[in-house]
Amino acid sequence: MDKRIDSREALSALRARVRQQLEPREGAEALRITVHMGTCGIAAGARDIIHHFAEQLDRENLHEVALTRAGCAGLCDQEPMITLRDASGTEFRYGRLDQRKIEEIVQGHVL
Amino acid sequence: MANSIRTHILVCTGGGCIACGALQVSAALRQSLRAHELQDEVKVVETGCLGPCSVGPVSVVYPDGVFYENIKPEDAEEIVTEHLLKGRPVERLSRSNLLAEQEKPEQKAGFFDKQVKIVLRNCGIIDPRKIEEYIARDGYEALARVLTEMTPDQVIDEMKKSGIRGRGGAGFPSGLKWAIAKKSTGSPKYVLCNADEGDPGAFMDRSVLEGDPHSVIEGMAIAARAIGANRGIVYVRAEYPLAVERLRLAIEQAHDLGLLGNDILGTGFEFDLEIRMGAGAFVCGEETALITSIEGNRGEPRPRPPYPADRGLWGKPSLLNNVETYANVPMIMLKGADWFASLGSDKSKGTKVFALAGAVHNSGLVEVPIGTKLGEIIYDIGGGIPAGKAFKAAQVGGPSGGCIPRQHLEVPVDYESL
Repeated sequence: MDKRIDSREALSALRARVRQQLEPREGAEALRITVHMGTCGIAAGARDIIHHFAEQLDRENLHEVALTRAGCAGLCDQEPMITLRDASGTEFRYGRLDQRKIEEIVQGHVL
Repeated sequence: MANSIRTHILVCTGGGCIACGALQVSAALRQSLRAHELQDEVKVVETGCLGPCSVGPVSVVYPDGVFYENIKPEDAEEIVTEHLLKGRPVERLSRSNLLAEQEKPEQKAGFFDKQVKIVLRNCGIIDPRKIEEYIARDGYEALARVLTEMTPDQVIDEMKKSGIRGRGGAGFPSGLKWAIAKKSTGSPKYVLCNADEGDPGAFMDRSVLEGDPHSVIEGMAIAARAIGANRGIVYVRAEYPLAVERLRLAIEQAHDLGLLGNDILGTGFEFDLEIRMGAGAFVCGEETALITSIEGNRGEPRPRPPYPADRGLWGKPSLLNNVETYANVPMIMLKGADWFASLGSDKSKGTKVFALAGAVHNSGLVEVPIGTKLGEIIYDIGGGIPAGKAFKAAQVGGPSGGCIPRQHLEVPVDYESL
């Protein structure tokens, strides 16, 4: 349990700290990253991809970005793959991902 | 892995879902997640009532927005391996797909479409056992504003301007009630909450206490500030053990954080809250009988006047509102009286929570702007009558209400028409 909240400012500070934990439930995401997790994707390392994204998004404090999973997108030779949907609803697909490309996507596209 | 968790699976643990096995479902989900090493990636959250009780236990996966219904503990493994591991939602368990309407327009369920959630704003979204989750959604900010920016008279004016009327049934203007209690001389004053919901089939107040107890605590604290009271009592019927348990925990947590007790938020304001359990007599929902029962006597009504606002508990000025009324108060203070008054009908402002039961497709807990037509509640939200049968009548408002026949389906549901 947190310590006693002794002012309105302390309440705001606590709220700012805990709000990001509820972000996935708010439904007002700016951007959605879907990692394709078909058998092909998982075999090509999609589980690591989802972890790398989570790590990168946390590092940049991007809690309003939704990170989720979907099945095979049908381009098995491009796995591991993601679909990135921006605020306008436009979809971008990125394939044959690795840690370096993920950093590039987060820095270049997400940010 | 210390990353933040970006997938939440919300399991409804309202009374109805618990009764059909939600706690076992929740435990099975946790177990499967651990078995697949997903416990640091996916969080199981036990929430209050999500609404569609007839298909319980229910659950929602965020951010995907996939709604599961009639879940059994043995389904947990499939949800985890198929959906949470491989990204393929289990269609077998999301037949009516109440949330993912945009993807399946032909199945547009409408259960959530016409609802406006003010009282139930946190119900089914937060874990009622965690005060932090309430705070994350602006909880206690209304109290902070009232204590630091507003005078008691301004609070009462805001209540009057909002047009809110008592949600217990009689529909007395709440702002006026607060003003009378403030003006009343006598000390100490008490703030009382009527949670003796006794009408058969009604579970609105229970669901609020089970799903978002802090909203009631905050509403009562604001009321106490407005009328000049330092003590409050929630009178809950003993048949609501889960509501009592969660409210008790919420009071403890609010105390620990200094949101109840002495010198709240460093403003010098003091407010303490306790629970009294009623032994379950229908009449104790009547205000004077309720007060007599708290005093330790047989719950018998007495003639009014004097009204409780003048001579209530222990003969002292007492403000008595019901659960739903108090749960509205923080939102009125946060978003303003004008916003609240923009919802509802001419004479009845805001929303009303209904427990929808009987021969309709989607029974459960719903919240709609006051003045919504009865037909919309039954056909659009309730999904109509099963097996294509014709509507005969709806019974509203408990034993003191009435039966509404077919020709009045177009009647707006508000205090006047009921």
